[in-house]
Amino acid sequence: MKYSIFSLAKAALSGHKGWTRAWRDPAPKSHYDVIIIGGGGHGLATAYFLANEYGIRNVAVLEKGWIGSGNAGRNTTIIRSNYGLPGNTGFYEMSMKLWERMEQDLNYNAMVSQRGIINLYHSDAQRDAFARRGNTMRINGIDAELLDAAQIRKELPFLNYDSPRFPIMGGLMQRRGGTARHDAVVWGYARAADQRGVDIIQNCEVTGFVRDHNGKVTGVETSRGKISAGKVGMAVAGNTSRVAAMAGMKLPIESHVLQAFVSEAIKPLIPGVITFGAGHFYISQSDKGGLVFGGDLDGYNSYAQRGNMPVVEDVCEGGMAVMPMIGRVRMLRQWGGIMDMSMDGTPIIDKTPIDGLYLNAGWCYGGFKATPASGLVFAHLLARDEPHPEAARFRLDRFRRGAMIDEKGQGAQPNLH
Amino acid sequence: MRIACPFCGERENGEFTYLGDASPKRPNFAVDSGESPEGVEDAFYDYVYLRDNVAGYMREYWYHGGGCRSWLIAERNTVTHEFRSVTAAPGVGAAKPVQAGE
Repeated sequence: MKYSIFSLAKAALSGHKGWTRAWRDPAPKSHYDVIIIGGGGHGLATAYFLANEYGIRNVAVLEKGWIGSGNAGRNTTIIRSNYGLPGNTGFYEMSMKLWERMEQDLNYNAMVSQRGIINLYHSDAQRDAFARRGNTMRINGIDAELLDAAQIRKELPFLNYDSPRFPIMGGLMQRRGGTARHDAVVWGYARAADQRGVDIIQNCEVTGFVRDHNGKVTGVETSRGKISAGKVGMAVAGNTSRVAAMAGMKLPIESHVLQAFVSEAIKPLIPGVITFGAGHFYISQSDKGGLVFGGDLDGYNSYAQRGNMPVVEDVCEGGMAVMPMIGRVRMLRQWGGIMDMSMDGTPIIDKTPIDGLYLNAGWCYGGFKATPASGLVFAHLLARDEPHPEAARFRLDRFRRGAMIDEKGQGAQPNLH
Repeated sequence: MRIACPFCGERENGEFTYLGDASPKRPNFAVDSGESPEGVEDAFYDYVYLRDNVAGYMREYWYHGGGCRSWLIAERNTVTHEFRSVTAAPGVGAAKPVQAGE
């Protein structure tokens, strides 16, 4: 069923009884050309691109719960491509271009809203660093504007400009950045992949890998039986180490919890995304009206999908410092997601040392914005057995070679990235 | 999450700073010098970059900066955030791990 103004009008006139389910609920077959472990945004996007761009349609996406129940449903929905290091700039800009045409490609309203993202600066040194990043972005064909305090004040009059500790001197604006509806991204890719023949199998937990006598991965053991596969791709960020351990792999990844918050819904207030990096705080407003905000990792290894009070306090203090009016709204919900923190803050998309097993991992707290590009480059890797040009630096062996992509310059201490 | 410091008693975790897994041992050049340079390099690569990333109980370093300023070793479940034990790290003020109340 193609969604359009006509299908909507037709369904409206028939009391909305004509809608059909958006994807099938198939039983697993005994063999697939490619199995993707993980029915989040990245896994479903990979399946979509495998079927749509690379002609591989005998594909299954295995999800232990329901699709989008992990980090795809727990992020703060921000899309941006304001990166400064080679490897990241091209990749995230490719992702941004895919966001810009996603709804037409998928025939699905993902509520992609390019409302702009601004990173505030508070000192000469920070301004210089942002000017440099903005120039790097522009050289790479990405939009960036360095704004001074007066220009920001026109757009965001409600911020605290005269804080003695962090006076707002200006900010780096990417107007093409913004937000998208995270669940709709999952559903859109699921529906589009399903229409192209992909089997989406929910409540199917992978419990082990099937290996042949050479050690090659030839399938997976699941809670719904054994399924054989030509190739197996992992897209299970948050739980990558646990799944990799089933294949005997130890990876440069730690799992950490990141919390996010939403307030009660209020009338339109914040036009775009505001980041107050110096105070570990960022905020945007959803179309429903809630203020969506967050801050830093809790800082300790965790698989718990919930955090602790010190970070709640820290985030709220950051909010009060940069935007004092936030004290007037009540916090509605708060939750935690498990981040695949890599040793340099950058993802890993590569073949593994094990034949037949492919890795898409290490997204840290930046996986949502990468969803379309991650799917495209992982599909490319699975289909062609070579990295996509835009992901050629995201190799697993880069730590061994000393070719890290450390955007924050923090070193191998993942809780500080 | 509250952490029972063996010196200060139970305190909220905002007083503590986290370092991470206490299991990796820094490779020793003097001991490893008989091995190939690649062997030492591999050992350092493993030490610096690779992690077991345990789901379950893990021995980990915490620093009580908001209290006694001691390095501690905690056994904590990364899935439930439950602590099984907190002791002083050996070599930093204690020859062997110190249990609470000792």
